[in-house]
Amino acid sequence: MTTLTTGESVTGRAVGLPTTARPALRGRNHSGRRFRSGLTPYLFLAPGVILFAVMIIYPMVQAVQMSFFDWKIVGSATSQFLGLDNYIRAFNDPHFWLSLTNSGIYMLFTVPPQIILGLMVALLLKKKSPTQPFFRVLFYLPVVTSWVVVSLLFKYLFADSGLINFTLGDFLHLTNGDTSWLAERWTALVAICALGVWKGIGWSMMIFLAGLQSVPQELEEAATVDGANRWQRFKAVTLPAIWPAMLFVVVMLVIGGFNVFTSVLLMTGGGPGGQTDVVLTYMYQQAFSFLDFGYGSALAVILTLIVFVITVIQLRLFRDRSGESLA
Amino acid sequence: MKGSRSARTLSTTFRYAALIAGALVMVIPFLYMVSTSFKAQAYVLTFPPQFIPDPATTDNYVQALTTENFGRYFLNSIIVSVIATSVSLLVSSMMAYAFARFDFPGRELIFRVLLLGLIVPAMMLIIPQFILAKQLHLLDSLPGLIVFYIAGTLALNTFLLRGFFESIPAELDQAMQVDGANAWVRYWNLALPLAKPALATATIFTFLSCWDEFAWALTIINTPEHLTLPVAIQLFQGQNATQWGLVFAASLIAVIPVIIVFLVFQRYFVQGLTAGSIKG
Repeated sequence: MTTLTTGESVTGRAVGLPTTARPALRGRNHSGRRFRSGLTPYLFLAPGVILFAVMIIYPMVQAVQMSFFDWKIVGSATSQFLGLDNYIRAFNDPHFWLSLTNSGIYMLFTVPPQIILGLMVALLLKKKSPTQPFFRVLFYLPVVTSWVVVSLLFKYLFADSGLINFTLGDFLHLTNGDTSWLAERWTALVAICALGVWKGIGWSMMIFLAGLQSVPQELEEAATVDGANRWQRFKAVTLPAIWPAMLFVVVMLVIGGFNVFTSVLLMTGGGPGGQTDVVLTYMYQQAFSFLDFGYGSALAVILTLIVFVITVIQLRLFRDRSGESLA
Repeated sequence: MKGSRSARTLSTTFRYAALIAGALVMVIPFLYMVSTSFKAQAYVLTFPPQFIPDPATTDNYVQALTTENFGRYFLNSIIVSVIATSVSLLVSSMMAYAFARFDFPGRELIFRVLLLGLIVPAMMLIIPQFILAKQLHLLDSLPGLIVFYIAGTLALNTFLLRGFFESIPAELDQAMQVDGANAWVRYWNLALPLAKPALATATIFTFLSCWDEFAWALTIINTPEHLTLPVAIQLFQGQNATQWGLVFAASLIAVIPVIIVFLVFQRYFVQGLTAGSIKG
């Protein structure tokens, strides 16, 4: 967050990533590249800023406000101020901790595989060849398919007499082929994580493919001439060049990991007995099944804070590692 | 050995073996889904599974297309996605142009606030947005979907397009200004046409996210006539035994427009990703 918004990154050219700071251009209106003309920029901004303020910023503020109340959705009832009670309740709520653990497990077991496998596929597809676009499309297919469709598809594949049990049992003989995947917490989480990885590899592959275009070819050749093996070349040449892409992928995947909702809702509905609830399914249930909007808001605020802190820590770590090349 | 023909052949073989294995894992679930969509309910969960449907039937497609307002859901999805995408692109490209071409007080601040919208995921705001939609009488309506889809995609699109506008030489703008063109003319006749690859990329992303959006539609839509495809497909599961054939027939019909859009725009899409997301 800090890196993304630091000072003159606004004038940087790239999108989605922090770039090397450029000198400020403001104040050099006629020789510089920007215009200074009174009201005009505000007229350009007005429609978007108004929409954004009403539909995004105001709800952000209201989420925090609601989390301090026993919020009543019915017009006539008055909402009661509770102070920090909703937060204390969350702290003492074992089911919240269970859902947070599940979210954390999902994040831990989907982010690293997506990065490693996505990078491997990108490296395999780096060389231009007639088949490259074809493979790229195949790996990207799950990314562009809706979460609803792939969640239902995986629910079907992981059904008791589904394709997964057949493959593992009768084809590979690794299990008895009678696992009730979605009926138990850990096996259900395996199925949900498998979906997350399967759907996400194509996305990180695409970002890494774009990043790999910035690997200096001369440097790679020079390293080969010097006798560096594949792994040494990867570490010394490729990795530093794709470091910004790596930062982007890691940050986005971690945020996305904590944002898991649709796949859990459709594959298990949080069941059995709420055992596979993640924070967002629990929040959703509190708000829209039990109409406890205040507690739901508190859960959303807590999750936002966790994601925010983790993102800031990641950006710091990456900055330390890469010194001046970022931010 | 290094560079010798046999080592290179071996590495190429390994490369393709790995790629094909990976691609199979990606594609087999889809093929199996297609296969199941042609099975009658009695054959969807047989053991061992049927890879080639026998007997094959198109009943699921007929049923999906003829019953339960499917045409209506499809139309709703098209209306919502097309309007939300067009308006979002217009509004965010205007913002992006202001950020890329003007200096003005509050520029940094507004941009940073916009960045906040990129970091806070949509689900975190679903409760207060529901209350807001209630107050604005937008619940259970297509405008309720459209307005929030526009707002939700503004930040990312502005971010993407601003980067592209900044890469267009400012001298072109200045030359037009000397010729007497005002800011709107410069934006509409110069910046937008030049930004076509970025606009194509933003169009695909925005259309996809509106077409596939599930949580918000699930939350605010109650009337069957106002449903969009993702929520409707999920309802096809039925009360007791899931009608898998029907679910997947409906899913495939819903996926077709997306795949067409993706294949048609693929060239632009990769260009835009490359130019937009990673510094070259």
